[in-house]
Amino acid sequence: MSGAHVSTTINGDAVQFACPNDESLLDALRNRVGLTGVKEGCGTGDCGACSITLDGRLVCSCLVLGVEADGKEIGTVEGLADGDKLHPLQENFIKHAALQCGICTPGFLVAAKVLLERNPDPTEQEIRYALAGNLCRCTGYDKIVRAVQATAKDLRKKSKKKSR
Amino acid sequence: MTDSTSFTNQKFKVIGQRVRRQDGMDKVTGRAKYGADAVAPGQLVGVILRSPHAHAKIKKIDTSRAEKLKGVKAVITSKDLPDYTNGNRDLLSMLENCMARGRALYDGHAVAAIAAVDASTARKALKLIKVDYKILPHVTDVDAAMQEDAPVIHDWVRTIGVEPAPSKASNVSMRSEFGHGDVDAGFAKADVIIEKSYKTEQTHQGYIEPHACLASMSPDGSGELWVTTQGHFAYRNWCAQLLGLDMSKLKVTSSEIGGGFGGKTHIWMEPIALALSRKANRPVKLVMSREEVFRASGPTSSTSIDVKIGATKDGRIVAATSECRYQGGAFPGAWAVIGAMTSFACYDLENVKTVGYEVVCNRPKVAAYRAPSAPMASFATESTVDLVAEALGMDPVDFRILNAAKEGTRASYGPTYGPIGIGPTLEAVKKHPHMRAKLKKNQGRGMACGFWFNFGGQTSCTINVAADGTVNLSVGTIDVGGSRSSLSMICAEELGISYEQVRTHIGDTAALAHNDMTDGSRGTFASGMAAIIAARRTKEVLKLRAATAWEIPVEDVDWQAGYAVALGDKHSNLEPLSLADIAANTENTGGPVAGHNEFVADGAGVSFASHICDVEVDPETGSTRVIRYTVIQDAGKAIHPDYVEGQFQGGAAQGIGWALNEEYIYGEDGRLQNPGFLDYRIPVCSDLPFIDTQILEIPNPNHPYGVRGVGETSIVPPLAAVGNAVSNAVGVRMTHVPMSPPRILAALEAEA
Repeated sequence: MSGAHVSTTINGDAVQFACPNDESLLDALRNRVGLTGVKEGCGTGDCGACSITLDGRLVCSCLVLGVEADGKEIGTVEGLADGDKLHPLQENFIKHAALQCGICTPGFLVAAKVLLERNPDPTEQEIRYALAGNLCRCTGYDKIVRAVQATAKDLRKKSKKKSR
Repeated sequence: MTDSTSFTNQKFKVIGQRVRRQDGMDKVTGRAKYGADAVAPGQLVGVILRSPHAHAKIKKIDTSRAEKLKGVKAVITSKDLPDYTNGNRDLLSMLENCMARGRALYDGHAVAAIAAVDASTARKALKLIKVDYKILPHVTDVDAAMQEDAPVIHDWVRTIGVEPAPSKASNVSMRSEFGHGDVDAGFAKADVIIEKSYKTEQTHQGYIEPHACLASMSPDGSGELWVTTQGHFAYRNWCAQLLGLDMSKLKVTSSEIGGGFGGKTHIWMEPIALALSRKANRPVKLVMSREEVFRASGPTSSTSIDVKIGATKDGRIVAATSECRYQGGAFPGAWAVIGAMTSFACYDLENVKTVGYEVVCNRPKVAAYRAPSAPMASFATESTVDLVAEALGMDPVDFRILNAAKEGTRASYGPTYGPIGIGPTLEAVKKHPHMRAKLKKNQGRGMACGFWFNFGGQTSCTINVAADGTVNLSVGTIDVGGSRSSLSMICAEELGISYEQVRTHIGDTAALAHNDMTDGSRGTFASGMAAIIAARRTKEVLKLRAATAWEIPVEDVDWQAGYAVALGDKHSNLEPLSLADIAANTENTGGPVAGHNEFVADGAGVSFASHICDVEVDPETGSTRVIRYTVIQDAGKAIHPDYVEGQFQGGAAQGIGWALNEEYIYGEDGRLQNPGFLDYRIPVCSDLPFIDTQILEIPNPNHPYGVRGVGETSIVPPLAAVGNAVSNAVGVRMTHVPMSPPRILAALEAEA
């Protein structure tokens, strides 16, 4: 299998890697770039553990080829925190015990971030549908939904303060 | 006092708080390292070739072309896994399950494995292995496998537990029986007798992290294994035995675990990774695909169960029987025995008899799944209990309260109960506002109760005090739900210091003495009890160090709220010494401070739960939605209430999935037709409502804080709670789990 040289931006940094043409972006991120926060749960786009953003759009990185990332901007769980300051979603996932084993957590955080960027005031049902592509087997989703609700509230308060 | 584990009814400072979890930061930032996240220099990629047949003789395996492919470093078959099991049939079955020995016993059974420089080379090489199969007759259904004319899977299986011992091989590997009294006499007194048969389909634990390990064997016979597991000591022992290694030379380190629920209590491919590494002389990383996880690792039993309950008009159950037939996969298991033990554990019965049959089938070897075997038995019992209550014209909750087991009840499986929570959970159901909420058209409410034993087992831990007075606790039980934080809380409570001063780690197999697995809801119970004793011993050492520093007798030193205190007026000039003060001076006072404990954590308190479920069923499609769900469970004492709630909610969600959607679907050809998350559908976020919880605390008298295990019981009641709710919604008794839309429509049609 021939390969390609890929130039991307990952979590704001310019990153280059080479990968075979048939390699998934998930494998390239994990094995070539070293971003093992992106998890593989199924490899078929059914579990969402490998969720990332590609030019701002939420995708399963197992369904994207590494070579397709050329010239694109990638966002992963590793880019959520601002230095030592956690993203409010990360804070609330810890505060509300919205994780147990944690294998699905990176995917949920990325998916929830995309949701809140598009819809700062989602209903419970909107949260549940937005996160329906991410499987969690530990929590029954209860505390995850509550953590996202709490984050939405925190962020709305913050933006109100800013706009004043 | 130091080693006593009796309940003390003490006041707590740290226990019961909702502190910030220690593994949280790593898990929200992507830093946490799971099974597939480790890297070793020069590592190879391992892949496994699996049988496409349910049952086949392996006539010949030709690996020569694969071996010649550039980049392939090792190819192994069962020939590379010689039998070191010394006549131990259970161990040999374990080895045979990891890699077929002459016969493939189920769709997905491993037959060969390859290690190559990269994944694409390894996958290419897999296609070059030629296996010559002779297809044999197969059986995948539990009832069919028990028939006289069923293909017999193992010629060495004789039914244990029947007299006279059978001379012929069959697929029934064991019969077990429990109970007391005279059920025939009991049924003769009954005014109402309900007898019903039930089936439940096979489900998978469905952890999101596939099995994964990184194995590295050295030519000197030592090795290391990094692996996702619920029990690294058990994995170490089994792998060493199967590969002919000294246990002490194989160091197993547990990775962060991405869910297990029982499925990671068993080795599946770890010996293969080690054997590949041994042959290639390079580290080998082996990660299962999701399809492999479904086809070849730990589902739970499919079952077929008959229940008969007789009661008098005044609402007392006078006799109860169950026959539990459990499919255990391709090797003999001990699953029906647990079904038979748990069938009627919630009730106070004068006459009861339960029987279990272990059945071998051409399916993957069954592994534990959260309170293994209990949910199916509970489905059969609790569905029948509802029917009896209905026949008597009694409220199902009142009927259960009247018949509930209590302190002093002789359990149907033998022992006599101490203080237990079944009555209180049922009373809490009765009082719960959920029971009074109005239902709309096509909606139904159901409730059910459930039991789980809980387990203690062999446990060891070490507390080390660092030079600055902060503390490390090392335990050997894997953290599956927040136990590192809970154990730090326990350690802090005992030492009288803050939670933030303690950090808990999981020690590797070389660092601690043996620990049983994190199963049986034992992690926080057993390691917590071990940590309490280790902390009390640490305090003794601290007092000794303080006494040496003060040059006074150790009898004059007490430990109070994190400080060594010199007792009595004669020592009033001595200022209390903090942990940090003592730790800074150990060089001069006798050496570093540590406390250990190695013991069997006896006295795990049994656990009971009652669940309430509301569903709405679409009569057009048979589709069911859970619209409200409440879990009420006795925790003994909740160390960290968030994590206890998390266990309640997670177990309930798994049970709901089992009740409504999840099942292994086998074709006529014996092949698994839905080995992926698209067709094996576990509940997603939009399928579920918030799951309300109520924690009851009826102290376990055998634990200093009263703790009972909490992890498993929550999966026991949902099958029946949902089943009773659906039956009430559609007016037809549902007897087959999962109650998927086609089954509900078929039941409605049959009734019409």
